[in-house]
Amino acid sequence: MKLQRHGTLACLALTATLALSACGSDNNEPASGATASGSAAAADCATGTLNAQGSSAQKNAMAEWIKAYQQKCQGTTINYEPSGSGAGIQAFIAGTADFAGSDSALKEEEQPQANAKCVGGQAINLPMVIGPVAVAYNLNGVQNLQLKPVTLAKIFAGKITKWDDAAIKADNPGVNLPGTTIQTVHRSDSSGTTDNFTDFLSKTAEAEWTFGKAKEWKAPGGTGAKGSDGVASRVKGADGTIGYMEWSFAENAGLGIAKIGNGAGEFAELTAESAGKTIAGAEVVGQGDDLKMKIDYNTKEAGAYPIVLVTYEIVCSKGLAADKLPLVKGFLGYAASTEGQAELTELGYAPLPETVRTKVETAVKNIA
Amino acid sequence: MGESPHRSANAGTGGTNVTESREWPAGASARVAEAPVSTRTPEGPGLGGGGALPRARAFGAERAFRGLTLAAGTAVLVVIAAIAVFLVAKALPALRANTENFWTFEGWFPNDPEPKFGIGALAFGTVLSSVIALLLAVPVALGIALYLSHYAPRRVGTTLGFLIDLLAAVPSVVFGLWGRDYFSGPVADLSAWLNRYFGWIPLFGGDGPFGASILLGALVLAIMVLPIITSLSREVFLQTPTANEEAALALGATRWEMIRTAVLPYGRPGIVAAVMLGLGRALGETIALALTLGITFGISVNLIENGGNTIAANIANAFGEANDTGRGALIASGLVLFAITLIVNITARAIIHRRREFTESAA
Repeated sequence: MKLQRHGTLACLALTATLALSACGSDNNEPASGATASGSAAAADCATGTLNAQGSSAQKNAMAEWIKAYQQKCQGTTINYEPSGSGAGIQAFIAGTADFAGSDSALKEEEQPQANAKCVGGQAINLPMVIGPVAVAYNLNGVQNLQLKPVTLAKIFAGKITKWDDAAIKADNPGVNLPGTTIQTVHRSDSSGTTDNFTDFLSKTAEAEWTFGKAKEWKAPGGTGAKGSDGVASRVKGADGTIGYMEWSFAENAGLGIAKIGNGAGEFAELTAESAGKTIAGAEVVGQGDDLKMKIDYNTKEAGAYPIVLVTYEIVCSKGLAADKLPLVKGFLGYAASTEGQAELTELGYAPLPETVRTKVETAVKNIA
Repeated sequence: MGESPHRSANAGTGGTNVTESREWPAGASARVAEAPVSTRTPEGPGLGGGGALPRARAFGAERAFRGLTLAAGTAVLVVIAAIAVFLVAKALPALRANTENFWTFEGWFPNDPEPKFGIGALAFGTVLSSVIALLLAVPVALGIALYLSHYAPRRVGTTLGFLIDLLAAVPSVVFGLWGRDYFSGPVADLSAWLNRYFGWIPLFGGDGPFGASILLGALVLAIMVLPIITSLSREVFLQTPTANEEAALALGATRWEMIRTAVLPYGRPGIVAAVMLGLGRALGETIALALTLGITFGISVNLIENGGNTIAANIANAFGEANDTGRGALIASGLVLFAITLIVNITARAIIHRRREFTESAA
């Protein structure tokens, strides 16, 4: 008993030391870095604490921005908890989150509840992070797989069961496809990635995809896996598998990523640029500073990769507490800046196209 | 010890700050403590006199402590009642909104405009995976426990026991990740083999894909419950009266016969308790199963095909993006899990109770 207690104490002490030293080194670097580059102008600094939560799809982007912003601005603490879009919006409505990250814009029934938190203003959706959805596969001896949306829908609906099916052959002329059975892998947890992927299928292959769009996977068959890392792990683990996941996970796992057919009739490779093209062609359906977007999955834009996920920050246009306001503006302003967006590419996201980015930047400036 | 000092203390320290509880301890002590005491006082007043001087303060502390424990005991009940009320209140609207049968529908879509969700497949998967985990773990755990208590040299036994207890300290997410990333390969191979030679048994039928199955989940669970069952039953086996063991040996029993006739019957209630504790952990295990199972919503006894789901794993999967109805539905599923656990515990208590009488009368 006593021994155990000592052990616990020792552990606590050790953890504390490690945490402290980690913080120490983190804080030291930035100070010199900021002065050296003189880039403090890019970020409007403010002090205080921000608590935000929501979409786990933008977790890595947030972590990077928070790190960079806190390095630039001493005395700020920003917490982002990747608890899921639904939980984030709930927290925003309950007043425990200063802003929420979400994979989908506020729904009509959520809008009035969220507006109630913004005295004299409304809750607005600001597109901030573009997360392309990769269709990754593991098929022995096959590289550069190309799939039209219709074929993709048939595969995930279980209507195509072999890799050497005529439909896949038609999409990949001249490729020697094995007769392996197709194993599809989908997210077992409810997620914005599934929501966007099924939305894409239902818009581009209406006849083949009859399961609608939802955060939960509704098609029969296939194997579920928790999180994008789970899907990536399962695809990597067996031959003949195919699954959809956030781009960075497919890259990190070293999986083959299929080229997807777009509305222009060509097969687009997934790059930050090709994903950005789809967003640039998206229509803004929100009013005023509300930049809710409608993605055209059938985009005719040449070279556009059509399966993309836009994640928003949901924030009050007016009525923020006086001590939070400068910090919210400063942090989101940094996230929407060219510098902030440029940091995303390495993390498996695509930066906002310039046309959209300037709108977001203006909207952030208008927050009062 | 006596009644009289008790009373006087009560009168003397009328201003104790536990006034509220004064009524209670009197009633409670009458049942528990004073019953044997009061019979003793008339016989030996000398005993009570011995404690007369310092007792006043001692009984003040007694009373305060009694009040504290009572408050603690009541607090537990209040908390449980509050939780129950909260859960039911949250679950009911969701259950009312459900457009399918909660018990039989195979699927979980409570966030749709027309919520559809059913607990049947989840409850079945929960029980199936736990039972298989126990079937795999119990024989091994008992073997380890017997080896440690009766066969292993003392030093080896202590070291091994320590290692096994260490296994209990590994977080379940680690087991889950290990199962998902490394163990699923071998399990897939084993499943394919079982499927080829024993495919005629429905448990091992189907045509794949294999790996992320109930079998994988149950194997990971088995490893997780192993330390609980092992250390508890080892303790029980160690407590077998030496007289019983030596009597068996003196009658010419071999070591195995001694264990069969003396150790196992004596330890049976303890084994049942250990198994039930393991089952409790298996039923409630969340993240390891959410990571390893192939998550499908269907009732199937097939153990090796990708699929399977449990109540706890479903909560972990669906909670993040759930709306009001979704959360209510998950809470309702939690209540069902609570009911299953309760039934298991009551059954276990009943078994232990019956067995104890049996072993006591036998001994």
